[in-house]
Amino acid sequence: MAKQPPKREETLGGTIVHRLPFPGELTPETLQWLKALQPILIEQDYSITYLHSYAQDSPWFAGLTNKVLLGNREASGEYTYATPRGHGMYDGAETDWVELPQEGQVHAFTVCYFGSEEFLPETPYVLALIEFEGADTLLLTRLIGLDASEASLDWIGMKVQAKFLRNAKLKPTDVYFVPA
Amino acid sequence: MRPVYAISGGVSKFAKARPDKTFPAIVKEAYDYAISDIGLDHRAFISLVDGSVCSYFSDHFARQLMAGIMIQDYLGLCPKPSHRVEGGGATGGLCFQEAWKSIASGHMDVCLAYGFEMMSHVETWKGNEFIALASDISFDYPVGGFYSGYYAMMVTRHMKEFGTTTEQLDHVAVKNYRNAYHNPYSQKRHRITLEDVRNAPMVAWPLTRLDICVMSDGAAATILCSEEGLQKLEAAGATIPRPLVKVTGIGRGTDAMRMSDRPHLGYETFMRDYATPQEQASDDTRAYYQHLWEHGTRYPGIHSFRAGRTAGNMAYKKAGIADPLHELDFVELHDAYTSSEVQTYEDLGLCRYGEGGPFAASGKAFMPGVDYGLDLPDAPECPVNPSGGLIACGHPVGATGLMQNVFAIWQLQGTISKHFNDPTLQVANARRGATHSHAGTGTYVTVTILENED
Repeated sequence: MAKQPPKREETLGGTIVHRLPFPGELTPETLQWLKALQPILIEQDYSITYLHSYAQDSPWFAGLTNKVLLGNREASGEYTYATPRGHGMYDGAETDWVELPQEGQVHAFTVCYFGSEEFLPETPYVLALIEFEGADTLLLTRLIGLDASEASLDWIGMKVQAKFLRNAKLKPTDVYFVPA
Repeated sequence: MRPVYAISGGVSKFAKARPDKTFPAIVKEAYDYAISDIGLDHRAFISLVDGSVCSYFSDHFARQLMAGIMIQDYLGLCPKPSHRVEGGGATGGLCFQEAWKSIASGHMDVCLAYGFEMMSHVETWKGNEFIALASDISFDYPVGGFYSGYYAMMVTRHMKEFGTTTEQLDHVAVKNYRNAYHNPYSQKRHRITLEDVRNAPMVAWPLTRLDICVMSDGAAATILCSEEGLQKLEAAGATIPRPLVKVTGIGRGTDAMRMSDRPHLGYETFMRDYATPQEQASDDTRAYYQHLWEHGTRYPGIHSFRAGRTAGNMAYKKAGIADPLHELDFVELHDAYTSSEVQTYEDLGLCRYGEGGPFAASGKAFMPGVDYGLDLPDAPECPVNPSGGLIACGHPVGATGLMQNVFAIWQLQGTISKHFNDPTLQVANARRGATHSHAGTGTYVTVTILENED
């Protein structure tokens, strides 16, 4: 039998209150009493939709929808970025697009058992940084197809292969990696 | 540049939630403590302070833009000059250094640095989401943005590269929690064991809940002044504790927002641009690093923070420090994670890169006189996070770097016993200390050296 949590989960939400206890008559004594009042906490909703532009990095996302993994290379050809970058860190010039190999190896990883609210339903999930032959920087991605409960440092250095979502969402998770 | 003195500070009790007061009123607690500690009332201080710098990280948590001016107003500081600084987790350290600049440049004689964060207005997992927005929102956040995950990736690489163990990380947690047991300002005061750390709920493998600092509500404030400011304050009746505490060096560094973009530099570049003078001068250390590079180590990769090394080297040079482990009496560093404390030992030159794990378990960074329940091989040499650090004190982001400097001021004044009602955490004969404030995945880092004039 699963172990019960030691306390009830705290959640927002509750009863709408129309009037709170308050002195019926304002006197010097009752005005002083107001300093002992517990703070009033209310909920405020806030949501917003952003129109986010991938701007100069857009071709990378277009590549994913076509099962192509792109990177950027400095104009000198001496430094290649596995995560898109419009201008070179070293030469300061506009970078060129290059195709990256679809196989790489795990540089570092973790298994997230908790996460930001948006990703809580997906826990546990594996985050990994991937290194590619011919690229000088890494790519952050999801690693799929491993048993999260068997996490081991031996996963570092593992050969992995890119997979692409058939129905792209135009997010960096349109590409993910599995053991090769 | 003129000499700059850090003469007083105050910290609100850090707590998971402070619904009893608004953020300006919580900053006021820290401010009131700082001015009363030098024997001034509000009217006397306000007549002499030239301006302020305000520190808070996120507009999302309070959902209040221009929160800084609300504090300036609430404290009665209008119309004196002020500005807000923001640099992620290093915001407090940047704020302190901006106040230093105001004094050192001659722009002000007395400057107040204050900061806060109110992280309880949203649930923990929404808070994690806000914090994760401090990663690239095109390429990092949507993959599963979670700072504990980012730091866990760093430590898996550190473990693979250097053989660091989780037991070594556990030593950091035990040290900091047990130190905090004697610090009444800390949010968590537990006498935990190594086993407790490992058996705590896993958050991001291999980091458990006890490897990671918590979100907090809180505020801190410090007062900095020039020699002229000191004279003015004392002429107005202030009692400034002696020995005076002087800021003798500041340093800052930066690195790429995306961990994936961090360079992987060769041995020659590392030795030329990043090695400490002590490392450069040692045949043994050069050979040690050459061996690491021959076996695949590159710098900084994701296992090290070149922003921290850059900030440390810069601050040490200004303060004339050549051997940090033996020339610093204590360090208050940004231990958002046990693993980042281990990484930072190396960045700050307390040990060599790759030796942070053994250093953590050696005892050199522990306090004398505190019962850790551990059999440590070495005697304390340079206590790190004698206050309990972020892991135990909490991390209300905009206040954190200032809190570290307040604790450093008290250490150097020799007044820890007075402020903590407990002498245990006073570093004996503390003459010189460092504070270290750190943002993002190592994007902004500040190091500040404070010394007393004994």
